[in-house]
Amino acid sequence: MNRTKVDEEEYWNSSKFKAFTFDDEDDELSQLKESKRAVNSLRDFVDDDDDDDLERVSWTGEPVGSISWSIKETAGSSGSNHEGREQLKSRNSFSYAQLPKPPSTYSLSSFFKGRTRLGSFQSLSDALTDTPAKSYAPELGRPKGEFRDYSNDWSPSDTVRRLRKGKVCSLERFRSLQDKLLLLEEAVSMHDGNVITAVLIFLKRTLSKEVLFRELEVRQVALRHLIHFLKEIGDQKLLLDLFRFLDRTEELALSHYREHLSIQDPEKRKEFLKTCIGLPFSVEDAAHIQDHYTLLERQIIIEANDRHLESAGQTEIFRKHPRKASILNMPLVTTLFYSCFYHYTEPEGTFSSPVNLKKTFKIPDKQYVLTALAARAKLRAWHDVDALFTTKNWLGYTKKRAPIGFHRVVEILYKNNAPVQILQEYVNLVEDVDTKLNLATKFKCHDVVIDTCRDLKDRQQLLAYRSKVDKGSAEEEKIDAILSSTQIRWKN
Amino acid sequence: MAAHLSYGRVNLNVLREAVRRELREFLDKCAGSKAIVWDEYLTGPFGLIAQYSLLKEHEVEKMFTLKASRLPAADVKNIIFFVRPRLELMDIIAENVLSEDRRGPARDFHILFVPRRSLLCEQRLKDLGVLGSFIHREEYSLDLIPFDGDLLSMESEGAFKQVANMMIRMKREFTGSQNSVFPVFDNLLLLDRNVDLLTPLATQLTYEGLIDEIYGIQNSYVKLPPEKFAPKKQGDGGKDLPTEAKKLQLNSAEELYAEIRDKNFNAVGSVLSKKAKVISAAFEERHNAKTVGEIKQFVSQLPHMQAARGSLANHTSIAELIKDVTTSEDFFDKLTVEQEFMSGIDTDKVNGYIEDCIAQKHSLIKVLRLVCLQSVCNSGLKQKVLDYYKREILQTYGYEHILTLHNLEKAGLLKPQIGGRNNYPTIRKTLRLWMDDVNEQNPTDISYVYSGYAPLSVRLAQLLARPGWRSIEEVLRILPGPHFEERQPLPTGLQKKRQPGENRVTLIFFLGGVTFAEVAALRFLSQLEDGEIRASFSQ
Repeated sequence: MNRTKVDEEEYWNSSKFKAFTFDDEDDELSQLKESKRAVNSLRDFVDDDDDDDLERVSWTGEPVGSISWSIKETAGSSGSNHEGREQLKSRNSFSYAQLPKPPSTYSLSSFFKGRTRLGSFQSLSDALTDTPAKSYAPELGRPKGEFRDYSNDWSPSDTVRRLRKGKVCSLERFRSLQDKLLLLEEAVSMHDGNVITAVLIFLKRTLSKEVLFRELEVRQVALRHLIHFLKEIGDQKLLLDLFRFLDRTEELALSHYREHLSIQDPEKRKEFLKTCIGLPFSVEDAAHIQDHYTLLERQIIIEANDRHLESAGQTEIFRKHPRKASILNMPLVTTLFYSCFYHYTEPEGTFSSPVNLKKTFKIPDKQYVLTALAARAKLRAWHDVDALFTTKNWLGYTKKRAPIGFHRVVEILYKNNAPVQILQEYVNLVEDVDTKLNLATKFKCHDVVIDTCRDLKDRQQLLAYRSKVDKGSAEEEKIDAILSSTQIRWKN
Repeated sequence: MAAHLSYGRVNLNVLREAVRRELREFLDKCAGSKAIVWDEYLTGPFGLIAQYSLLKEHEVEKMFTLKASRLPAADVKNIIFFVRPRLELMDIIAENVLSEDRRGPARDFHILFVPRRSLLCEQRLKDLGVLGSFIHREEYSLDLIPFDGDLLSMESEGAFKQVANMMIRMKREFTGSQNSVFPVFDNLLLLDRNVDLLTPLATQLTYEGLIDEIYGIQNSYVKLPPEKFAPKKQGDGGKDLPTEAKKLQLNSAEELYAEIRDKNFNAVGSVLSKKAKVISAAFEERHNAKTVGEIKQFVSQLPHMQAARGSLANHTSIAELIKDVTTSEDFFDKLTVEQEFMSGIDTDKVNGYIEDCIAQKHSLIKVLRLVCLQSVCNSGLKQKVLDYYKREILQTYGYEHILTLHNLEKAGLLKPQIGGRNNYPTIRKTLRLWMDDVNEQNPTDISYVYSGYAPLSVRLAQLLARPGWRSIEEVLRILPGPHFEERQPLPTGLQKKRQPGENRVTLIFFLGGVTFAEVAALRFLSQLEDGEIRASFSQ
């Protein structure tokens, strides 16, 4: 504080504005008074039976008279404009380089004249700085004209305290690096994100990148705020620079990769993904990124080809089962399903063949079989399903084998409305007898249930099952025949 | 309507009235007729503190939802935007204001940020050239919304940080300025969600918890499929479409709900059927009413009985909807896996059920919740297991979820096991997190809310009250983050004599959210521990 006491008093006495004391005790005091007043007046509110008692509820449960209900009532039919909003979202990046220069017509006096309608809330700092270079200091000011007070020599802690209270404050006078850092540390110790961000914006503008990064590296809290801020305003370039400087390479890579989500055009997205390959991901992730690129590359080829086939109308499968959506940007397993559905029989050499996908992406056997089964069952291609589980040994004998277990096969077939004969065949292949019996009962494969009970020599269970089948049906006859057989030694 | 807030030991209605007053004051600042443009998200929280009639008394004539392009026509002097401090909303506001300026007579614009003003947002408005159009730019600190007699919420998404040192700092700053009010709460416990990541991953099994799991409770409202709810016989029949979701408010003002909300779902059915008998018996009374006096008395009870019947009908329908889910095979399988993990079985290998869920492309949230649960119950997954899950998830749900998985790792929900040490069994045993003999009907321990698992957070609160944390220091060292206790001595004049039967009130602050089952467990504790009442806040 350079000003002498006398000067100060003179200044305040001569000004028309309300004086303030340094630590804003008057503020605290008036707040206290206010809250006391509030507490006293609360009694009235509590006693006063206002509107809430009579509550009616509309069918949607919205109490009639509630806020969300009233919006519908008073707004009527205001056409929504969804696309407009989307567009707005997509052009969200804004940079401080584009900041409008402060209108130089603002002099101190015009600023203090009180409120004119437009532009009256330009920040104090704008009004004070005439050089365009110092175009912007963050402004947190409460737009209360009567509160415009200003001093040139607040300490960092006072400045920060004022910022936190939402008062106008200029940061321009903190010129030395030491002062700026002091300011930042004060802001951080205040635990107010708004203030920290305000100081950071000031530092970002007035410090070189290298110095800013270097100082933030040892101030982790402020660093996190800057990272969040850069993400929020979409300053991807500076963010990447920062990660590079900090040697946070994986975050750098991920942050770069994240950008692909905002690219709609498939070709451009593909090209972008290509730039992600070779970024310092973990070994595991690097492989996934490579796969992501390869997959999209494939999808683009398949999509172009199939769209053409479909519109030509010559291919039966597309005529019978028109595609519901484009295959672009679908997950790998979905793509495999698609390829099993439309391109099942293609030779391994074509990009769209399931076998090719399986090899390229090293899809595990289990996953492949599950997906192929689901696709072929949906097409009711039972022959393909059969082939999927048939293996030949070296003697030429065929054997049924399922890497996913036949219980799963049965469930998938059932979901796809497979006929009982087919279901029965696979239920029979389930090895565990209890599971087999359960599935057979659940899916009404009567023959399997009956035969299994017979094999188990479980007379009681067979009797119980008899009550579940239709009267006079073939199944009932079969059960009766077995029950009356003298050949079987029942265990119960 | 707000009566349910006064039931608790601490009268939260005062808080509600305070925010209402602040709202009126703001509205009165903008003299003349007004229209409010709402950030749709805010209508929920505001609905809990005010009604349209309150706004109307203060000359609010129109209300719109915030949408792109231009505002609907409104012949008012003031247009006030009620918004969260979000950049994308600022763009919409700017568009509204600019098109309105072109339209005609000048209007006064105001903006009310809820709950905080934000530098970034004002900067954005400035960049878009509209900041100067606003006469009042203020913040409305709708921080703590009273939900119920003992529950407040900040209803904010995403906040997840440590504030304890800030509290201590505040204490330091305020020393000297003597406290001159009687404290309402005796103890304050701050719990960072990071300490207990396990609990929110498990499926809640209380009635309210399940409603939230299946349908989602927002601002104490739930939206339900309408089929089960027969349309009302009278009233506003015509314009109601049966396809619209049925919206119900859930709080303790409803007698029946207060009784069943915190019960394990398996204990709800019997309460409902008992209630049904009582109510039908009450209605039967009319046959016994012979004298005019008796009939009069019966009639006077009718409104209450009808309300009870309506309430019973609603909850029976909800219980049916929930039962459809809980009795499904898949729900049972999922619960089995969760309970295996929480009791420490097979947490170190790839789980078959999770594999199946991925193969059948169940919702990604469900899969991630299970994988994270396994990770937390194993102090991190073995690298091989983690890589396997990751691969399966990426191939099935899309490679872009690399980002999702990294976020989970950052939050500590999913991680590789470091040093091959699994601390969970120690924590589980010391804190008795898994109880084999759980009584769902007449619970004796908080573990009933998850049918066996006692929420870690609540167990910590319980142990703090008795016998104190000194007994579990070893575990506290293993749990993430530091812990500490602070005592704030009261000036002797303010130490009130405790009346017999009056107990200490503890305020528990969950930083990072709380589940309904945890709230239920806390309510249960407060009944168990000699009526020690706890109000829990969540963020």
